[in-house]
Amino acid sequence: MTFLREVALVAGKDLRIERRSRVAMQQILPFGAIVVVMFAFALDADRTTLPIAAPGLFWAAVLLAALLAIGRSFSVEEVNGARDGLRLTGLDGGSLFVGKAAAIAVELFVLEIVLGVAVVVLYDVTVRGLLALVCAALAATVGLAATGTVYGVLATGSRARDTLIPLLVLPAVTPVMLGGTQAFAEALDGSMSEAWQWVQLLVAFAVLAVAAGTVAFAPLLEEG
Amino acid sequence: MLGRFPALAGADLDVEPGEIVLLAGANGAGKTTLLRLCAGLLPLRSGHAEVLGVDLAVDRRAIRRSLALVGHETFCYDDLTVRENVRFATRAVARSTADADAALERVGLERSARVTHGRLSQGQRRRVALAIALARDPRLLLLDEPHAGLDEQGRTILDGVVRAAPAEGRTVLLASHELHRARPLATREVQISAGQVHDPAATLRAVPSRRAEASA
Repeated sequence: MTFLREVALVAGKDLRIERRSRVAMQQILPFGAIVVVMFAFALDADRTTLPIAAPGLFWAAVLLAALLAIGRSFSVEEVNGARDGLRLTGLDGGSLFVGKAAAIAVELFVLEIVLGVAVVVLYDVTVRGLLALVCAALAATVGLAATGTVYGVLATGSRARDTLIPLLVLPAVTPVMLGGTQAFAEALDGSMSEAWQWVQLLVAFAVLAVAAGTVAFAPLLEEG
Repeated sequence: MLGRFPALAGADLDVEPGEIVLLAGANGAGKTTLLRLCAGLLPLRSGHAEVLGVDLAVDRRAIRRSLALVGHETFCYDDLTVRENVRFATRAVARSTADADAALERVGLERSARVTHGRLSQGQRRRVALAIALARDPRLLLLDEPHAGLDEQGRTILDGVVRAAPAEGRTVLLASHELHRARPLATREVQISAGQVHDPAATLRAVPSRRAEASA
C-alpha cells in the first residue's frame, strides 16, 4: 500500500467520523463564528479599528477552533481502545501522522473559508492580494494541523488531555499565528512583497512541522 | 511490567505453526499481558520473544500486519458503521472491500453492516471485532476471552472460526476462563499463573510459511 493511499485511508476515516458526528459543524464552526461576531460587536463603535484588527482576530478565532478540532481528533481514538486498533492496523507511523493532520487541516481550511467571508462582511474588509492570502492560509493551516497532531498524540491517554493540548500547542504555534497575521495584514494593505516574505516563513514552518511530526508520531503513539 | 512488578516473569512458551493453544489461568495471571505482548502492543522489558520470525525487542511493529487481536475492546469507532470499521482495518493491510464483506457475512453481521458501531449490542460488537480479525487474514490470531458477551449463535460462529484456523493457515492463542468451551477447541493447553507459563518451551514462534506448513 502506497504512502498516499494510507494517508487517504486515515484522513478519510477521520473526516467520515467528523461528518457523521457533526461535532465540527455543530461545535467548532459555530464557536469560530461566534468569536468573530463577538469581536465585531465589541469593536463596532470604531469602524476604523475592525479592518486593521481583522487579521489578528481571524487567526485568534482559527486558533481557538483548532484546539477543539485537535482535541476531537484524538478523543475518538480513546473510545473502544481505538488507539490500540490504530497501532494494530500496521499502518506506517508517517502515514498515520499525515492522515490525521490532513483531516484536521481540511476541517480548519473549511472553517477559515467561512470565517474569512464573515470577516469580510462584518469587519468591512477590502480584499487585496487574494493569492497571497490563500497561500498564507494554506501554509499556516498545514503548520497548525501538523503541530497540533504531534502534541495531540502526546496528550492522548492523559486524563488532563483537554488542558495539556492548549498548554503544549499554543506556544508551539506562535510563529504560525504571527506569520499568518502579518501575511494577512500586509496582503490586505497591498504590500505584496512583505506578504510573500511572511508566506515563505509559514511554508518553512509547515515543512519543518510535517517533517518532525512524520518522524516523531510513531514513537509517541507507541509510548502514550 | 505492572508498576514495579513484572506482569510476566519466566514465561517460556513455544508455539508451533497451526496450533491452537489455550492459555488458562486466574484473573491477573498474565494472559492478557502475554497476548498484548505477542501483538506488539507492549514493549518487551527483558528476555527474548519472537513472533512470526520477528524479534519483538528489535521491531514489534513489523508483525502487526500479520496478526489480529480480538481483545476486551473492539478497537472500533462508534460513529462509523460496522462495514466502515471493518473496511478501514481491512484496507490497512491492502486487502479488498470484498474480503471485509465476506468476513461480515461469516460472523453473521451482513444485515447490520450499515448500523453505526455505537448502536450495537455488546455481543454484536464482539462479532465486529472477530470480523475485523478475519478480514485481515492473519497468520496469528490472538483471542482474549472471545466467548465473553456472545450469544449461543455467536459462540458457535466463533468456535467454527477457531476450529478452521489451522486449515486456513492460522495459529491461535486463546485466553479463556470458559474452559469447558475453550478446551475442546484447543490442540494444547498451558497454564499461566503469577506471570509464569507452565509449559516446556523456549521461544514464542508461529507460522513462518503459512498454508504450506498448515497442510503438511
